[in-house]
Amino acid sequence: MKTARRLALAVLLVAAGLSLGATWLSPASYRTQFREAPNAPPSRQHLLGTDAMARDRFSRLLYGTRISLSLAPAAAAISTFLAVLLGGLSGYLGGAWMRVGMAITDLFLSLPWIFLLITVRALLPLNVSPLTSVIITFLILGMLGWAGSARVLCAASQSLRTSAFVLQARASGLHGVRLFVFHVLPNLKPVLLAQFWISIPVFILSEANLSILGLGVAEPLPSWGSLLRELEGLLSFQQEPWKLAPLLLLVMVVTSFQLVLSNEETAA
Amino acid sequence: MAATLVFAGLLAATLVRFAPGFDADERALDPHLNAESLKILQQSRAGEHNILEFYLKYLRNAVRGDLGTSQSLDQPIRALLHDRWPVTARLILVGLVLAWALALSLALSAAVLRWSAYDLMGTTLSGAALCLPAAVLALLSALLRIPGEAVVACIVFPKVHRYTCNLISKTYERPHITSARSRGLGELRILFWHVLPLIGPHMAALAGISAGIAIGACIPVESLLGLPGIGQLAWQAALGRDLPLLLNLTLVITLVTLLANTSGDVIAEVFRTSEG
Repeated sequence: MKTARRLALAVLLVAAGLSLGATWLSPASYRTQFREAPNAPPSRQHLLGTDAMARDRFSRLLYGTRISLSLAPAAAAISTFLAVLLGGLSGYLGGAWMRVGMAITDLFLSLPWIFLLITVRALLPLNVSPLTSVIITFLILGMLGWAGSARVLCAASQSLRTSAFVLQARASGLHGVRLFVFHVLPNLKPVLLAQFWISIPVFILSEANLSILGLGVAEPLPSWGSLLRELEGLLSFQQEPWKLAPLLLLVMVVTSFQLVLSNEETAA
Repeated sequence: MAATLVFAGLLAATLVRFAPGFDADERALDPHLNAESLKILQQSRAGEHNILEFYLKYLRNAVRGDLGTSQSLDQPIRALLHDRWPVTARLILVGLVLAWALALSLALSAAVLRWSAYDLMGTTLSGAALCLPAAVLALLSALLRIPGEAVVACIVFPKVHRYTCNLISKTYERPHITSARSRGLGELRILFWHVLPLIGPHMAALAGISAGIAIGACIPVESLLGLPGIGQLAWQAALGRDLPLLLNLTLVITLVTLLANTSGDVIAEVFRTSEG
């Protein structure tokens, strides 16, 4: 299992390296059009060919990797923060606070995730600049994806509420936010990290779903999801296997994220 | 459950009401409309501005069986739901049966056979399905001419398989299983007499959750495969910013998900009571 984790970590590092070095590694910008060669097959000039709008597919994959890999963790950070606020705090406060917190969490969990996503995304302006579309997409993921983590954090902070060190801190006169921030929160760190890590592949997949349905990152900016929209016009796997490159990279990265977490961390 | 349902509807109505561009109506852009027609159009939507008033009026009408009219499709919502529900119900039911059959057969046979290679095959299969976005599965199914039910099954299968495998492996670690093995009981007898009764309640609860997953899966599957079901309707309502339709769909989807979860929990409780 250690070998698999090391391999997964290596894949993630390579993907992160590729995304960071997109500016230098890509032969062209993600929006540069080679108008004389639309839908071109792979060649020395275009390693993965060109898309219907004659843009270099390899360059777009590198830039798309940068967007998906940098913004999914940002969304995961937002959702983890909200989960701490709602789940962690309500579990720590207990009583009516916890009941209200968990009722709100249940409300979010009672709706299928993808339905909630498309509903909220469609309510926001669709005709926006590409950069705004990226921000909106990942902000929505972060703002709506906290419910599952909140439930876990609520249970964890609830168990810490009656622990010996918290009782002792209370007896020493420490109360409220100070007790939560300085004593409870540091002990929630393993759970927080696990929830943050678990959220990243979920958000990568959700962005892909949203973009394929036309509600994600807008053209000409690439993301893994918007690159996967090309599969809609795929003739066959044998004829155009290079079109599967974004899917292959996405699967490799998502699998790596899942493998990097050990069973104990996933359970946390 | 009723409170969650009412609040889900209110949440949906509030979100739609405060969404940018809520007041915009494409029909108002029609150059053939005169000032009087425009005024009538504006008046027809005036009741929607007070969200609480709108929602209470909706609930009163819904109790009487009137779910309103879809703004984007210009059809009674009740008729729309009635026409489209069978497609989604079939997709969910067949998808769930396929997913559960595959997940259980793989997990249970792995438990009996105890071959690490076979176990790895099941884990790899479910892991691969878990790493594919639902929309990609729908797109690929269109290319490979695979029916929508199989796509829903592919989306539900990994979750059921992983959870079942974890449950089975944890149950096999219990001391009474070791004791049964040391007494020479066969693997099949251990599975059916000592493992399955213990995981039964958890599986019933999982059945409820998997129904919720299947409902969510219907949205990309129906939208991308052009199946006229509730999932496609939800998609059209979201794109068309159709407040009455979106509100109804939120309530219907929440109701079905809650019913599935509650049924699962009730069955799990019955299991536990009968065992105790």
